[in-house]
Amino acid sequence: MNKPLNTFTNGLLRENPTFGLVLGMCPTLATTTSAINGMSMGLATLFVLVCSNVVISLIRNLIPDKVHIPAYIVVIASFVTMVQLLMQAYVPAVYETLGLFIPLIVVNCIVLGRAEAFAAKNGVGLSALDGLGMGLGFTLSLTVLGAIRELLGSGMCFGLKVFPEQYGMLIFVLAPGAFIALAYLMAVVMKIKK
Amino acid sequence: MKRLESNLLNMVLSLTLVTLAAAALLGGLYVLTEEPIQKQKADKQQKAITSVLPVVEGMEIAEAEEVNGMTIYKAYVGDSLVGAAVQTQENGFGGVFRLMVGFDSEGNVVNYEVLEHQETPGLGDHMTTWFKTDKNQQSVIGRSPAKSKFVVSKDGGDVDAITAATISSRAFLKAVQGAYDTYSKPAVEAVSGATSLSENAELQEIYPDNVEPQTEEKDE
Repeated sequence: MNKPLNTFTNGLLRENPTFGLVLGMCPTLATTTSAINGMSMGLATLFVLVCSNVVISLIRNLIPDKVHIPAYIVVIASFVTMVQLLMQAYVPAVYETLGLFIPLIVVNCIVLGRAEAFAAKNGVGLSALDGLGMGLGFTLSLTVLGAIRELLGSGMCFGLKVFPEQYGMLIFVLAPGAFIALAYLMAVVMKIKK
Repeated sequence: MKRLESNLLNMVLSLTLVTLAAAALLGGLYVLTEEPIQKQKADKQQKAITSVLPVVEGMEIAEAEEVNGMTIYKAYVGDSLVGAAVQTQENGFGGVFRLMVGFDSEGNVVNYEVLEHQETPGLGDHMTTWFKTDKNQQSVIGRSPAKSKFVVSKDGGDVDAITAATISSRAFLKAVQGAYDTYSKPAVEAVSGATSLSENAELQEIYPDNVEPQTEEKDE
């Protein structure tokens, strides 16, 4: 298979951040109370991943090894803050639903993980593709997880009523439900991969 | 190109450059976005004021007043007070949230808007709609803190807390109660007809010095 395509599809299933690499579990478990929340978090992470991968790939040879982590963190945190400021100023409606999650992206280990494992060793083009693939994989898994928890927990799917709320299992909206749903999803993904 | 060597000069230089560039970018962007962000906030506040006030024909909104650290926007028709929007803030589960609550002349809650909050997504953030939803005892719309107890039912009150977010609910109700207290006290001079407020008015006339200082001490 050719390399760019391989890099891109890598993040979607084989090395999916949630089910393959098992990275970034904190936002995965915390923000997937509904499909929309999960998707929003995924998209915001996608943006930061692509930007930080590109910049880190550009400056990778200018940063001495011993200080690369602080330098990468500064780059990532800057992008996150930029996203937050821009959203607040120009798309307040989106900021209202997403605003709470944005600062969480800084501490998401996928972003730093990809900077470290991929962008620091590869060219700009490939790094951008890797960020895109990983980001989409993350978005996809968070959306699926969010949709399942929302459906079982509050009887809705993307905010639309499927069945009355009182038949929902509240536990799926709370933290334990996140672990349960994640475990079953991961089992399914493992089965597919084999 | 080979990676730079990890000696002191290189490390200090590269870190300084990276942080300088980041600081410059962020500073620039902050200046650029400051104005639109302030405008968004002001717009939202204006919208909130009109959406929480009762709808009365010929109503005019008076200038903002600062009382007890809250901001009150009173609405008049002619000379009589028909309601007020009170902007208040309270510590929630995830930090301070700002709230705009509207009351009519009888002290009933007309509507509320959460202006800003950091409550947990999916749990505490339901406060933006929960207390407006007419289901069991969860809505506060049309009820007055003077007649029903604005405390979560778990603590012996009359309002149902948000599922799995009792702390956020307690804070929310405390904020509404605080806004009501602020609204009902200074309103005495302006309204004499409102029954729920007249008691306070009499107290104040009889002991003009006694009533006020006590409340002030509490607030501080």
